[in-house]
Amino acid sequence: MTNAANATIGFMLSRGWFWTSLLEGLKLTLYISGVSILIAFVFGIVVGVMRYSRVPVISWIATAYIEFIRNIPLVLLMLFCFLVFQLKDVTAAIFALSIFTTAVIAEVVRGGLNSIPKGQWEAARSQGMSYLQILRHIVLPQAVTKMIPPIVSQFVTAIKDSSFALLLGVVELTARSNILKGLFPAVGQILTIYAVIAAMYFVINFAISVVARALQKRLSAGRGSIGQ
Amino acid sequence: MGSSFTQWVENLGLMFSEAKWSSLFQHFDLVWKGLGYTIVAALAGLVLALVLGIVFGVLSASRNRVAQAVARIYVEFFQNTPLMLQVVFLGFGLPIIWPQFNVVPVLMVGIIGVGIYHGAYISEAVRAGIQSISKGQLEASLSQGMSYVQAMRYVVIPQALTVVLPPLTNQAVNLIKNTSVLLYIGAAELMYVSKSIQATYYNPGPVYLVAMGLYFCLCFPLAFLARKLEERAEASAGSGQA
Repeated sequence: MTNAANATIGFMLSRGWFWTSLLEGLKLTLYISGVSILIAFVFGIVVGVMRYSRVPVISWIATAYIEFIRNIPLVLLMLFCFLVFQLKDVTAAIFALSIFTTAVIAEVVRGGLNSIPKGQWEAARSQGMSYLQILRHIVLPQAVTKMIPPIVSQFVTAIKDSSFALLLGVVELTARSNILKGLFPAVGQILTIYAVIAAMYFVINFAISVVARALQKRLSAGRGSIGQ
Repeated sequence: MGSSFTQWVENLGLMFSEAKWSSLFQHFDLVWKGLGYTIVAALAGLVLALVLGIVFGVLSASRNRVAQAVARIYVEFFQNTPLMLQVVFLGFGLPIIWPQFNVVPVLMVGIIGVGIYHGAYISEAVRAGIQSISKGQLEASLSQGMSYVQAMRYVVIPQALTVVLPPLTNQAVNLIKNTSVLLYIGAAELMYVSKSIQATYYNPGPVYLVAMGLYFCLCFPLAFLARKLEERAEASAGSGQA
């Protein structure tokens, strides 16, 4: 590696395994964040509905969960799942990220549910619908339009936060910088490694942010016309 | 499967044995020290984030295209890449690329990292605050004989703060939580101390449980305040529309 030709940026960028290594890291990053978002979507709706519930014990349990998880660092939660719950590294990362994202999505769901006027409940109840029927057929479908944009942008947060998994020894995209930096130690190469990794995160996250913003615009426009 | 689960529960129980707790309590002075560093990092990080947030927030609310573009690039770059990557770069990449950076203490490196990252979020809050005030407000105040300073002091800033304070407080909570990544570059804050203690005595159960409690005590009051401020902002926005 002391060979001058090996120390160029071009040499590094033309190695196939340089890109394979980064793509493997990216795959793991997307796997951890994707699975966590899916799990959190399901449980987030459950916890959000519990939080919204008028049964005190149920809403209190959901509140305690949300408040506790949102006020401790995700890094700590990951280390706890890894070392105390003795989960495998990737599993611990997914578990912790799911627990955390569930709390965030639950708050989004509650916000969405709160935005539906009480009159909708009263109208549906007067038609003889049960609590679950109203939730399932009247309130949730309307609330979902408000919930989608923040949930989509939560995906960006999950992708970024999955990088904490490197503390557990998971070799995801951010952790690849440590390995590649050792193999390509020239100053220009190191700078390029970080730039390429940052660009990979940026392209994916920026695209998701743009989608979230477009959805927000479209859904809020739709709401206005329905409301009239 | 059944027996391995029993084994798991048993292991979990052993993690919280009396010996594990006492080895933590023997070194509790370290925990307080770590908490102190976490608070220092969070406060200094918040000051840096506020300065950057106000500067770039004002730039992005300005009518100058170049200033807007500069602010946009700052915000989009730091919001769309992980804090961990930024901190890893500052801690392990930059010192090789620019050897003089080695003299900066790790705690300071971490403060720079979280400060720049959260500055991007605060800048968005500041921009929203500035844009929430219509120009007519300032003009109306001036026409009533108020001086510029009076108009700012009594009319514009109080309204802008209603919009800015809730997200700002939320960012303060996130910033405190995110100082935990400084563990990776070796700044002796709460997470680093916790890791050192549990690596020596293998007592992650009590150590991380106590750390959770301490972070919660730091963050919960602020999160509670953020909620109250949000409710107040919603109430004032509501009455404005009526």
